[in-house]
Amino acid sequence: MAVREDALNPPSFTLRQKLWQMHWLLILLLAATASVGFAMLYSAAGGHFEPWASRQMMRFGVGMAVLITVALIDIRLWLKYAYVFYLGTVALLVAVEFMGEVGKGAQRWLDLGYFGLQPSELMKIALVLALARYFHGTSIEDVRRIPSLIVPTLLIAAPAALVLRQPDLGTALMLVITGAVIFFAAGVRIWKFVLVGIVTVAAAPIAWGFLRDYQKQRVLTFLNPENDPLGSGYHIIQSKIAFGSGGLFGKGFLQGTQSHLNFLPEMQTDFIFTMLAEEFGMAGGLALLGLYVVILIYGLAISVRCRTQFGRLVGIGVTATFFLYVFINMAMVMGLVPVVGVPLPLISYGGTAMLTLLFGFGLLMGTWIHRDVMVGRRGIGDDV
Amino acid sequence: MHGDQERQKLFARRTVMLVGGKLALVSMLAGRMYYLQVVKAEQYKMLADENRISLRLLAPPRGRIVDRFGIPLADNKQNYRVMLVSEDTRGLGVDGALDLLHDIVPMSMGERRRVLKEVSRNRSFVPVTLRENLEWEEVARIEVNAPDLPGVMIDEGQSRFYPYGPNLAHVMGYVSAVSEREKTGDRLLELPGFRTGKSGIEKIHDLSLRGSGGSSEVEVNAYGRVIRELNRREGLPGAEIRMTIDVGLQLAVAKRLSNEVSASAVVLDVHTGDVLAMVSHPSFDPNDFNRGLGVEEWNKLINNPAAPLSNKAIAGRYSPGSCFKMLVALTALERGVISPTGKIFCPGFMELGDTKFHCWKKHGHGLVDATSAISQSCDVYFYEVARRVGIDRIAEMAERFGLGDPTGLDLPGEKRGLVPTKAWKREARDQSWHQGETLLAGIGQGYVLATPLQLAVMTARLVNGGFAVSPQLTKSVSTTGVHAVPEHHQFPQISVSQRNLALVRDAMTQVVNSPHGTARASAIHDPRYIMGGKTGTVQVRRITKAEREQGVVKNKDLPWEERDHALFVGFAPADNPRYAVAVVVEHGGGGSSVAAPIARDLLLTAQRRQSARDIPISQTSGSQAALELRGTEDRVRPAAEQS
Repeated sequence: MAVREDALNPPSFTLRQKLWQMHWLLILLLAATASVGFAMLYSAAGGHFEPWASRQMMRFGVGMAVLITVALIDIRLWLKYAYVFYLGTVALLVAVEFMGEVGKGAQRWLDLGYFGLQPSELMKIALVLALARYFHGTSIEDVRRIPSLIVPTLLIAAPAALVLRQPDLGTALMLVITGAVIFFAAGVRIWKFVLVGIVTVAAAPIAWGFLRDYQKQRVLTFLNPENDPLGSGYHIIQSKIAFGSGGLFGKGFLQGTQSHLNFLPEMQTDFIFTMLAEEFGMAGGLALLGLYVVILIYGLAISVRCRTQFGRLVGIGVTATFFLYVFINMAMVMGLVPVVGVPLPLISYGGTAMLTLLFGFGLLMGTWIHRDVMVGRRGIGDDV
Repeated sequence: MHGDQERQKLFARRTVMLVGGKLALVSMLAGRMYYLQVVKAEQYKMLADENRISLRLLAPPRGRIVDRFGIPLADNKQNYRVMLVSEDTRGLGVDGALDLLHDIVPMSMGERRRVLKEVSRNRSFVPVTLRENLEWEEVARIEVNAPDLPGVMIDEGQSRFYPYGPNLAHVMGYVSAVSEREKTGDRLLELPGFRTGKSGIEKIHDLSLRGSGGSSEVEVNAYGRVIRELNRREGLPGAEIRMTIDVGLQLAVAKRLSNEVSASAVVLDVHTGDVLAMVSHPSFDPNDFNRGLGVEEWNKLINNPAAPLSNKAIAGRYSPGSCFKMLVALTALERGVISPTGKIFCPGFMELGDTKFHCWKKHGHGLVDATSAISQSCDVYFYEVARRVGIDRIAEMAERFGLGDPTGLDLPGEKRGLVPTKAWKREARDQSWHQGETLLAGIGQGYVLATPLQLAVMTARLVNGGFAVSPQLTKSVSTTGVHAVPEHHQFPQISVSQRNLALVRDAMTQVVNSPHGTARASAIHDPRYIMGGKTGTVQVRRITKAEREQGVVKNKDLPWEERDHALFVGFAPADNPRYAVAVVVEHGGGGSSVAAPIARDLLLTAQRRQSARDIPISQTSGSQAALELRGTEDRVRPAAEQS
């Protein structure tokens, strides 16, 4: 019980102290990763900052500001308003259902005048916060009882169902898996995961019937891309060709032939990793993967180091989300999983995913800054 | 805090498990990278190059064809096309650009529809041809207005051009688009706009003329747009063909024949077999074939009774008539059935069984020997010697002099003619030979058929000392542009006595130059150019007994297709022959009145050009010398040659 005196009390850090407590190394790693993204976007535009790299830099700047702001907010405040945030995001998801903009065959966007808001991205954070708050207030004995798992299961199921209706299979899957990771970290018995896994596999044929045609097509194409080389298999075949032709050390910066000659589709967004692999080869791909692993390890280390269950679960949730982005995107462009439209974190062109991730890392940073703060069951104003 | 400590421990444990799981997944990613980028790298590199590198064939320029002095007979002409790139028309749009262009190059609604259809079928950066074969003036006007015509551009291509058009059509042949049948897998043949030789020299030397295609490796993007050229391999231009034709003489011959309805002529060098001129009239313009003929133009050519598409000099088969008599006389002398001075009495006819065989001279020639029989073309003499010597021996002699078999000229479509024998008749007709048929063959009628080329070859072999020359049109084929002077080819000697050959040659000289000769009206009086020859008049209808009694209807009173064919074979100079000529005027009338004057003009022209031909080829610098020559003799200029 080496609890520091000041940590027992409500907000006790000055802004200066909080900034001093920032995990600057992590920020440096994030900036390094984003810079790789700038370079790739510069190459994707044929050696120009316009139209992608420059805008991506601005977004990263905004994202960094969000990260720091989020990190500075007392973690107890996040705990206190976690459910409110969650419910608000669910409301936005419902709103998308009615007045969303249709993009690429799916309703995902809310037009808010100056920028489009994608509530499903926000949901990834909101769900982490809500689950973390729930399990923060649940004793270890409760976690092992099934009735206490009903509420968190619903917390996951509701947004997942809404997102699936848009339809956005990738995000829905990410929500479910992130939720499962939090369940796991919170101490839910392992046999329950095994059971759910078996049931899921058994139910897969039924779920198949609920998939949209284009989703079925993606799965089928994934299983055998050569079936339809000019149609839906084109993306993945071209991606593998570009990827493989990079070889060990790649064709050199700005020298990727397949990407620059437009054989590679969506090279600035979902398939940017393929472009990197074509230009920098396996060496470049492994380097980026290594960078991601380091960020991941730091994230997990911060989580473990945290003294409150809420902080730990937020940390594990954010890193899980981050890992899922990385894994699904890379596996997707290499033909390991179907093309589900998940961007490569911090690198793919696009503002929403960048903001979501940096928001998430802001929370992680917050748990780091407030790692020793004792938090009651309901956050600020609550007695320990 | 006890509960929290337990939770933290559990959390840490679970986190370690998660890290394990994540690292496993990360290893999977790394493994996949290794698989794609190391194990399968070569395969994907190949696929990537297949993606981006497109091999484009470059059509080689077709080889030129030149005459014996280097004057181009078939050449490649710049062909200006106006093209439209729809993406470059900017705000104007395709329609707007076509409207503007309409003021310079008017286009019909049909053409416009075709263009619009092609534009919509192709990607926007693919040029679409609006019009080919632009006049220079049109090109200039488009170029001047270029700033106001966005997306419109002039493109240069090459098209085959025959400066002498119809005058050489049958020899040159023509080129036109590749037919499905010709496609052998050579990718050159798949090129749009590629042409292959369809007849004549263009056909027989097609492979040499084609050359070999170059290739250009270009990098294309996913939409097929060419980004840059990676590699270029120039092709080999087609070989240049130097022909034996003397285009100046050829033009003179063509002009001379153009007065007739249907005629053909061949001029040979009797020592080398070089075909100096070969004309079949009427003709066609090979340039039209390259452009593509309309149905109406085609039907007109096909339905013309004078068969303009057929090269009658090698594919027209005619009874040689009296032109055959030299061979009959030679056979008789060689076989000893009559001596050179042996005489036969001609009363104007000869009877064999019940049949009366008439001489062309109603009241007969009286006593004739071999020389006067040839010079006066006495039929009865040849009836008699043919009867004595027999058809098979005549046939054997005729074959030695080139009849009955293709001469082997390097030109497609040559006919073999016919030299009948007893065996032939049994086989072909399943009938036995009648002696009357031998008599008819004795004056070159009946079954005997020969092409004008065969008659020219026969004449050459009769007057060149008995060498079995064969005719040729190709002098040399050169891929470098420098033509080697071909080695003189020694032709085999025909086994026949020089004395008898000299007698025949002398008799032929008398045909033209003795006061009783049948062609005396066509004699050349300039002692340098004296010619010899033999007339031939071939009936194409049967003259009935009744008609003969009432008087044979004159040719000019007959419909054209029933008139006699007029033939003449000749040579010059008489004392040291250099040129042989054969002229056939279909339904022209008498050999002496129609064919002989033509032959005289041809031989005269040929001899006057003698000095020109004697200049060794290596000393003539291409067309320069020949152009001067052309100016001196015949004032015939090729109609199409206006530069």
